[in-house]
Amino acid sequence: MKSRILLATSSSLMTLGATLVFSLVAMAQNAPGVYAIKGAKVYTLAGPPIQNGIVVIRDAKIAVIGANAEIPAGAQVIDASGLEVYPGLFDPVTQIGLDEVSAVGATVDVSELGNYNPDIVAATAVNPASAHIPVTRASGITHVVAAPGASGFDSPGGGVITGQASAFNLAGWTMDEMQIKRSVAMVINWPTMETRSFDFATFSVQEKPFEEAKKDYDKKINEISDWLDRARHYAQVKEKGSPTNYERDLKLEALVPVVEGKLPVIVIAARAREIHSAVDFFAKQSIHMVLADGADAWKVKDLLKDKKIPVILGPTLREPHEEDAAYDREMTQPAELQAAGIPIAFSSFGAGFSRRLSQYAGTAVAYGLPHDEALKAVTINAAQMLGISDQVGTIEPGKLGNLIVTDGDPLEIKTQVRYLFIKGQLTSLENRHHQLYEEYRNRPQLVH
Amino acid sequence: MNTSGLFLALGSLLLAAVPASAQNSNTILIRNATVLTVTHGNIEHGSILIRDGKIAGVGADVKAPDGATVIDATGQFVIPGIVDCHSHIAVDGSVNEGGPSVSSMARIPDVLNPVDISIYRDLAGGVTEANVLHGSANSIGGQTVVIKLRWGKPADQLPMEGAMPGIKFALGENPKRSNFDPPPGVPRRYPGTRMGVEETIRQAFTGAREYKKQWDDYSQRKAAGEANLIPPRRNVTLDPLVEVLEGKRYVHAHSYRADEIAMLMRVANEFGFKVRTFQHVLEGYKIADELALSGSGASTFSDWWAYKMEAYDAIPYNAALMTQRGVVVSVNSDDAEEATHLNQEAAKSMKYGGLSPNDALKLVTLNPAIQLGIDTRVGSIDVGKDADLAIYNRDPLSVYAVVQKTLIDGQVYFDRDRDIAQRASLEKEKQDLIDKEKKAAESEKKKPQEQGKKPEPKKKGGKPETSDGQVSAGGAL
Repeated sequence: MKSRILLATSSSLMTLGATLVFSLVAMAQNAPGVYAIKGAKVYTLAGPPIQNGIVVIRDAKIAVIGANAEIPAGAQVIDASGLEVYPGLFDPVTQIGLDEVSAVGATVDVSELGNYNPDIVAATAVNPASAHIPVTRASGITHVVAAPGASGFDSPGGGVITGQASAFNLAGWTMDEMQIKRSVAMVINWPTMETRSFDFATFSVQEKPFEEAKKDYDKKINEISDWLDRARHYAQVKEKGSPTNYERDLKLEALVPVVEGKLPVIVIAARAREIHSAVDFFAKQSIHMVLADGADAWKVKDLLKDKKIPVILGPTLREPHEEDAAYDREMTQPAELQAAGIPIAFSSFGAGFSRRLSQYAGTAVAYGLPHDEALKAVTINAAQMLGISDQVGTIEPGKLGNLIVTDGDPLEIKTQVRYLFIKGQLTSLENRHHQLYEEYRNRPQLVH
Repeated sequence: MNTSGLFLALGSLLLAAVPASAQNSNTILIRNATVLTVTHGNIEHGSILIRDGKIAGVGADVKAPDGATVIDATGQFVIPGIVDCHSHIAVDGSVNEGGPSVSSMARIPDVLNPVDISIYRDLAGGVTEANVLHGSANSIGGQTVVIKLRWGKPADQLPMEGAMPGIKFALGENPKRSNFDPPPGVPRRYPGTRMGVEETIRQAFTGAREYKKQWDDYSQRKAAGEANLIPPRRNVTLDPLVEVLEGKRYVHAHSYRADEIAMLMRVANEFGFKVRTFQHVLEGYKIADELALSGSGASTFSDWWAYKMEAYDAIPYNAALMTQRGVVVSVNSDDAEEATHLNQEAAKSMKYGGLSPNDALKLVTLNPAIQLGIDTRVGSIDVGKDADLAIYNRDPLSVYAVVQKTLIDGQVYFDRDRDIAQRASLEKEKQDLIDKEKKAAESEKKKPQEQGKKPEPKKKGGKPETSDGQVSAGGAL
């Protein structure tokens, strides 16, 4: 068996009262090469599993798959007898690289100030040396999307048009090397109609009448509409006018791919009312949306199916937001949506919990989601929703060599990832947590 | 019209109205299951006999006596009910008396809310006991209580009879309030450093020792027959600390960093008390030998990390490493939702650190029971213990396992089939009530309106509040 190479790069010290030591093993990839994985059961997710299959990886990409594929001369051969091969897992809404230590503001770049920031891009702020990257990939996740302003632990509010999400591989020296698609989606945090809100200044719950809440809500919806109208107008002027006839507007320019249907929109909405409103809105705008969070998606599943809206589900392990909902509401929802013909994907919406991705999918299987659908919902489905399925999501020739070799079902808790490939390179599974474990496991026994 | 508040109240009532349905027979046999006893191996095709709420027999040959209720568990797995060593469920309002740095007078047992829906949800996750703690806002927090999740019973029937009372301590960022600012115009509160946290605890126990001495002197002189004695003035802040000094109240100390854990062990030694459990104890793996030597238990998270600075060195190997070094370790929830899948969280210690399945299962059953001093009553499937059990459709350490039934004192408090069967009628009842409310509102509209009436505020406001009084989407930390 091939041994893993570890490139330890002690990097990025930053000081803020405390000293943060970021990842010591951010990169840890072998030189590119030719690999052949043999002897494993290969779940390509593009067809039935291949028993005793061979996967050949060359020049960052999957070259050949098959029971009888030829192993090229000079390939590094990985004997994976008794093991299983799957596409690398994909967490499609995260804050990885944007949020190092949630409570330490200096290490967090999730939410920009202001409500409308279509021209900011997550990739700009993703820290390639974040300790989260190797920690996350050790659980079999090979690529993620970082979404600015996605509602999370540390980003209450988070604006309306919060910026462009970026898809990237969880290995590499720089974001230029890591990114799969720098701008993979525009993120819109759909306004909510709240009669109650938490006021941080007074640290108390504030109430306002429904009419007032509705007014605020409508105002924001009109603003989104206005932004998109102006972007259309801008696109026309830009196309028809000469450069001297218009002033460049970076925000509108960033929205042009949205109104032209070239950039997917991730719309974060939880409640049925907001989902309904968002779906109607984007249908009128003729813009295709991907729903994210979707806590109440089951309530509007006919609408979602009718309008062909796919759903990136918020963390499955969370409480139903209605006190009188069935206790297993969140856990049965994936099965219910899938059965209704709505494409679903699992997601962590965070950083530290990204490694729970397969646990979310596994729990959904426990509550009725077919296992093969759950596998798709952590690999190919979100890749299709976000237009990167030509690069990732299944094991097929020509796609990026992002795959994992496991000792069993990747959705099961005790399963270990044995080998992990990112961009066709055998990539270290070493990470900050395992290093600390080894360090203190080897602490000499205390003598008394 | 404010119907949502009504729904909340109704939801609780509806569910509360159909609990338990106490078995008529006080003899029950759970038959033909895989019984994971935790203390004496796994029994294939095993049966458990329950009599008067206690386990009366366990084994492959145990038969149902005449008249016993039989629960057929063919193909299913029975484990001891899950014990959650760090919970904030069933508390009415905030879990933090956040003003003083020493709030030992605040009593969680006095504010139990038996209709908190989290009780039912956790029960549906196989939890039978929960250590309900005060929050972590103060160096010395409030008094705590171990409850049984007897959903449907009044508040006074939740506390587990005979369980040792506890008190919450908290070290590090929460009591020194690193992560949030006070409201405008309110000054920061002492302590603001880990040094000050230690000082606060030492001051409090210095006072408690003096106070105890006054009472001891008084009792001695009284016993000696001295007349006309005036008892010392009662101090409700120091009373619980005296109980700690006398070994009558457990200390459960919220802690993260290794240095602060060592600090509290030192202070405890100085004053002659034991820290019963270090809670969270995310860097416990760094001083596992010291913890093992001290005899303190460690109750930790499975894989939470990086949500604050003191959680940056948290590793998912923590539970396994401490176990391997001889510490009694449990995995807890600190969060109503997390508690619903503690079986999964325990299983992570097989992946991270290679614990055996039985040792992993102990993390959420026997070990927390030991930590809470209730292991003679619960935590394993042994004759004589309370019949507090969780029945899963498959190996509970699998992500695919679903709780089918949860029993407390031999009564079925959660039954998945029954829950599912009731959903349609509950939904209809709810819809009928909404329609009725709508109708009433419409006819109200036709009448002249009474102005300026504010809707009744909901029980729980806005964003969930963490145990340290911070607002977050991520639960209590």
